[in-house]
Amino acid sequence: MVFLIILVAIVALLILAYNRLVSLRNQVDNSWRQIDVQLKRRHDLIPNLVEAVKGYMQFERDTLTQVVEARAKAVSAPDQASRMAAESQITTGLGKLLAVMENYPQLKADENVLKLQEELTTTENQIAYARQAYNDVVLDLNTRIQTFPTNLIASNFGFKPAEYFKGAPEEQAVPKVDLSMTAPRA
Amino acid sequence: MAASNFRGLEATNRRETVLLVLAFMLLLGALGLGLDVAANDVAIVNGQLVGFPVLTIAALVFAGVQSMVSYYSGASLVLLSVHARELTPDTPKHQMVLDVINEMATAARMPVPKPYIMDDPSPNAFATGRDPAHSVICVTQGLVDQMDREELQGVIGHEMSHVADYDIRTMMMIAVMVGGIAMLSDFVYRWMFFGGFGARGRSGNDRDNQTAALITVAVIILAALAPIFSQLLAMAVSRQREYLADASSVEFTRNPRALLRALEHIAKVESPLKQGTAGTGHLFIVNPREGLRADDEGFFANLFSTHPPLSKRIARLQALLGASGASILDASSQANT
Repeated sequence: MVFLIILVAIVALLILAYNRLVSLRNQVDNSWRQIDVQLKRRHDLIPNLVEAVKGYMQFERDTLTQVVEARAKAVSAPDQASRMAAESQITTGLGKLLAVMENYPQLKADENVLKLQEELTTTENQIAYARQAYNDVVLDLNTRIQTFPTNLIASNFGFKPAEYFKGAPEEQAVPKVDLSMTAPRA
Repeated sequence: MAASNFRGLEATNRRETVLLVLAFMLLLGALGLGLDVAANDVAIVNGQLVGFPVLTIAALVFAGVQSMVSYYSGASLVLLSVHARELTPDTPKHQMVLDVINEMATAARMPVPKPYIMDDPSPNAFATGRDPAHSVICVTQGLVDQMDREELQGVIGHEMSHVADYDIRTMMMIAVMVGGIAMLSDFVYRWMFFGGFGARGRSGNDRDNQTAALITVAVIILAALAPIFSQLLAMAVSRQREYLADASSVEFTRNPRALLRALEHIAKVESPLKQGTAGTGHLFIVNPREGLRADDEGFFANLFSTHPPLSKRIARLQALLGASGASILDASSQANT
């Protein structure tokens, strides 16, 4: 009798641990898709922003083309690695663009530009937070896969550790983009 | 920044919170039993406690029903009482607040809370709701007007962690428990004075009567002190949770500066909330009435406040930032003045 109870308890624990692993693996997939959603949103915003500001920013043609070209590369990238490289170029380019936009007071009077600026800022933040969330879930999953006793279940049912999202080196230092609409405090 | 720093803070806060909640339950149980002794349905016969504690159970059932009601309609009642309305993207700054709420929901891996706003010039915010899927974040117009994007992230991150940790539910339940204990103790007090002393037939000998009399005195003292104790405990639980939410806000933004700047900003503002907030004060990021006196550090001020002194919260955040961070902030706060 006691033996039976112990057996049932062990099976129940195994089922719980297995379900937890499946749930975490799904969360990893879902978090990855969240990053994707935001990257696509950024792709959609870039042409609008460039269209809206190019009239004002005659002298920043290089910055503008850099962003547009990186976007084109990301959209047509043949594989994940080159796509992510292009995405990080966009991040760098946009950071620069948003920073130099500060030098054009006329832009601050353009409601459309301000709206796009806010949309892009929040998208950039969403991308950063989505990556952070993704890495948090990956940490959870990998810890479970590697620690006893879940590691036994993981290896038997083919759970593989997920890969962390690593930004490109120049991306590690996130450019500080403060587009607050309040006047700078003097 | 080392991840272990704020994770450690979180663990300590959680442990202390559990202990405080347990103490709270003990207090409620003792009072209920005292009521039973006073009503004589539980008596001492030859040194043994006999009888069925029917009033204790009745009191607990009543508290349970009350909790269910507030569980399902607590959030809308709170929003109603502070005259909040839904936040819409009608101005660029409101759009920014909505965006920041979305961002922090992503960082916290939580559903997006319903955004609300109250017309009040004092910068403040609170979160409520029964679980993350039914959560609400409410900001004041003052917060929207005065905070920049970074400061908003710190404040919304703090509220988002109240949502993620189910603080919003626990604080609602504790509020109900405090109310219940106050009622129960009032009831016990009246009973002891106007009815409880008369009937004491079941006790067998003088020694039992003596013990019963002692218990009666103890219950009267407990009944008198329980509301104060329970209030103290509720406040302590709330204070722990404020530290924890500060820590989690940093975990979400990965930027201690954000909340640090926001709290320093709030500490300088001198306009209290206009809406009545006697029952909802503990929900806000800084207590609507106490927040202004940021440096109330007296023993009693500390015991009875729902929030830790702002200066202590700021000091803890500065510790997370490290020495270098503190100097950055000194520079920026000089620039602000």
